[in-house]
Amino acid sequence: MKIVLQNLTKTFPGRGRKVQNDVTAVDDLSCEIPDGELIALLGPSGCGKSTTLNLLCGLEKPTSGKIFFGEDDITGLPPELRGVGMVFQNYALYPHLTVRQNILFPLENLKGKDKLSKQEMQERAEETARLVQIEELIDRKPKELSGGQQQRVAIARALVKMPRVLLLDEPLSNLDARLRLQTREEIRKIQKKTGITTVFVTHDQDEAMSISDRIAVMREGVLMQMGRPQEVYDNPANLFVAKFLGTPPINVFEGRVREGRLIIGDEAVLPAEGISDQQVWVGVRPEGFVLKEDGPLSCRLNRVEIMGRDISVISSHEACTSQTIRAIIGAETRVDTAASEVRFALKPGKVFLFHKETEERIL
Amino acid sequence: MNTNNKKAWLYLLPATLFLAAFLVYPLIDVFIYSVEEGYNFASQTYFGTGTYNFSYVLHDPYFLQALKNTFILVIITVPVSTGLALLISVGLSSIRPLRELYQTVYFLPYVTNTLAVGLVFMILFQKTEYTDGLVNLMISLFGGEAVDFIDGPYWAKMFVLCFYTIWVVMPFKILVLTSALASVNQDYYRAARVDGTPRFRVFTRITLPMISPMIFYLVITGFIGAFKAYSDAVALFGTDLNAAGMNTIVGYVYDMLYGDSGGYPSYASAAAVILFVIVLTITCVNLLVSRKRVEY
Amino acid sequence: MEKQAEYEKMQKAAGRREKIRKTLTYVGLSVWALIVLFPFYWMLLTSVKSYGAYNAEHIPSFFTLSPTLQNYIDAFTQVPLGGYLMNTVIFAVLTTLFMVIVSVLAAYAFARLKFRGKNLLFTLFLSMMMIPSELVVITNFVTVTNLDLRNTFTGLVLPSVTSVFYIYLLKENFEQVPDELYRAAKVDGTSDLKYLLKVMVPICRPTIVTVTILKIIECWNSYVWPRLITDDPAYYLVSNGIQEIRENGFGRENIPAMMAAVVVISVPLIILFLVFRRKIMEGVSRGGMKG
Repeated sequence: MKIVLQNLTKTFPGRGRKVQNDVTAVDDLSCEIPDGELIALLGPSGCGKSTTLNLLCGLEKPTSGKIFFGEDDITGLPPELRGVGMVFQNYALYPHLTVRQNILFPLENLKGKDKLSKQEMQERAEETARLVQIEELIDRKPKELSGGQQQRVAIARALVKMPRVLLLDEPLSNLDARLRLQTREEIRKIQKKTGITTVFVTHDQDEAMSISDRIAVMREGVLMQMGRPQEVYDNPANLFVAKFLGTPPINVFEGRVREGRLIIGDEAVLPAEGISDQQVWVGVRPEGFVLKEDGPLSCRLNRVEIMGRDISVISSHEACTSQTIRAIIGAETRVDTAASEVRFALKPGKVFLFHKETEERIL
Repeated sequence: MNTNNKKAWLYLLPATLFLAAFLVYPLIDVFIYSVEEGYNFASQTYFGTGTYNFSYVLHDPYFLQALKNTFILVIITVPVSTGLALLISVGLSSIRPLRELYQTVYFLPYVTNTLAVGLVFMILFQKTEYTDGLVNLMISLFGGEAVDFIDGPYWAKMFVLCFYTIWVVMPFKILVLTSALASVNQDYYRAARVDGTPRFRVFTRITLPMISPMIFYLVITGFIGAFKAYSDAVALFGTDLNAAGMNTIVGYVYDMLYGDSGGYPSYASAAAVILFVIVLTITCVNLLVSRKRVEY
Repeated sequence: MEKQAEYEKMQKAAGRREKIRKTLTYVGLSVWALIVLFPFYWMLLTSVKSYGAYNAEHIPSFFTLSPTLQNYIDAFTQVPLGGYLMNTVIFAVLTTLFMVIVSVLAAYAFARLKFRGKNLLFTLFLSMMMIPSELVVITNFVTVTNLDLRNTFTGLVLPSVTSVFYIYLLKENFEQVPDELYRAAKVDGTSDLKYLLKVMVPICRPTIVTVTILKIIECWNSYVWPRLITDDPAYYLVSNGIQEIRENGFGRENIPAMMAAVVVISVPLIILFLVFRRKIMEGVSRGGMKG
């Protein structure tokens, strides 16, 4: 099911008694989510991603704008008529019901022509339990399950009514690191198997990058960029997106363009043709550095971390906005750890220029 | 360590002394009293031990009347007040404006003097030669016959007693249930809404099970409280409850101990022990039932 | 599109239902509020009706055009209402004071000091919460009578002092004060008593205030024990006083004056409640029981 958001806006009335400061949680959001894809809504807390999810599932009504599932305008529909399944951050499994009863719960609400017989309900529940591989836990209570198992029950409960769209709110945030890796693979597998268009919210870019077909980066209610993970990583639309994606994070320098050349500190590091003279932000991905004896960028060497597969060179430079620069280079490169200075050349495709004020990408 | 021990006991001394003198010793003593036959208050002597006190109490028509009154009171007030409190609490938590005001108003009976406000109920329900009273006025408005609720037929008196008891116990129950309802995680309701769960089903399948521990707590404390009813009855019918035929078990205990018919601590003790056994039994039954029903 | 229209119809019906439900909720809640408030209104109203006017009303009227304060004057002059109030205040203050001191000391020992048998003793204390007061009142009555303490404040106060529940409440609160404070104080050479008074009590003041207010309410409304232990009206508390007024006071039929007395007795607690509303409700919901 294709999802289309059109100029979606949601404002909440302000809290204060005297000053009515309305808070705009989602600001003029338009995008299109292709059928059958897994989409991550990504952003720091308070960026409006959870509100967007609530708008999609119908728990909140938009202030303006429209939402389409396929060709249907579902903007005014209540949650139960939208055909959405939702997994809550803390799973919201009913503690007094068994796993089976939890999964059956949504089915028992169906009325009219959708109503199922007892037999059908049981079959559907068991089938869904098998899909998420919890069939042997089906008669236990939620509190007897581990976090990861509870997560699967929650997904089963959301899937059992065969929703057109599956929504997940921070699905991995309550799990420990090891389970998180495993569960995100699981989610990916289930999504591929069912082919249900899925939207999930996360603040963890690693999570978003690793399993989604597309990511949508949001900031203060505004959609910054949407695209395939690698695409967004390789071509960030602005400084915020560039900084938000990638571990280790991108290194940002103050620089300027003079006569078609990019200058950091006093050295011209790269050609920047076709760009007028101006001050810029320069973002360099950690893998964008190449150790080179006569490289143009000279940095003070702090230390070298050998990680096995590759080497992190930690150095510093006056023009860098953070205290240290982290460069990642192949393990086969030799680094003179005793030296006080390293010189780098930069790979053109890994260097981005952003406008000094608007922070929009210029190169 | 030794000085620490001493110091700790010093801090605990007042509390321990008070508890020992006025709680532990009397508790043991009451059982002793209850089996001492023919105890004489003035000379503090008795002439034997046995179960005569119990058999006397159990054959005393006043006690049987008190037992009957208490049981009727318990059976009516506990379910009615708990159900009503549940209804009101659910109503309260579904509204936003005026909620605080309602909550404050509902709590008022808790902080009023039961004896004093009972008099107001008395004049509201009483029928005297001067006036039929407000409640009877209402009844005759709807075409009913005026009844004296304070000095009249038994069912009328029992009705007022139950009504007043419920009025008095409601604040506590409403308070407990509203805070129980408020503590239910909102995500359960959001999840139910996404599934399009009808309101009534949300209530029976989610809300009720989630607050069931608190409901059982209220039922148990309600039983205990109602079995100990006394001052409500005094407030409505005066101190001579036996004459009014409205005595309760606790009232019987005190009447045996003191007052016009008093001076028999042995009978009082026996009655108190019987009350204790009844309350204990019912509490245990309640706990067993709740063990089975309240499952998480 | 068809679905949309169908849904809009549903929505309208649901909106109407919702409105009806809301209205019914408010009506229901207001009915109960009325039932709660009406006795208070009636008591105030009756207390300002003059004796003659009240008795002349065969059909009670819902308002009065000639309010009078005569009943209040009568309540204080014809019966010793002032004395009852005074006694109750003395009783409540003494009992609460002793209770707070005894409970704070005990709670401190349980919360902070280490000694042998602590857990056992605390379990014993807790199990005492289960003892119904009706059982112990009999022996206490005999004890106090034998000690010749009937019709004295000592006799009234002593058995009312202890409350295991409040010790428990205070202990829980004391335990939330971080251990580091105690160690720091010990390093500075502070004595336990000084630490208790200068650190613990100020930090835990909210709970102590709650406990105090709850105990005052309890004292103000206590009826059974005072009734057993006092037969001299000079020592009556308000609860017994109002019974005395009802039975032998103004002559049976002076109901307005009786209501004036009821108002005087009820008002202090209602004011206390309105001032400390949050504290009281919070304290009670943590397990307070009436009686």
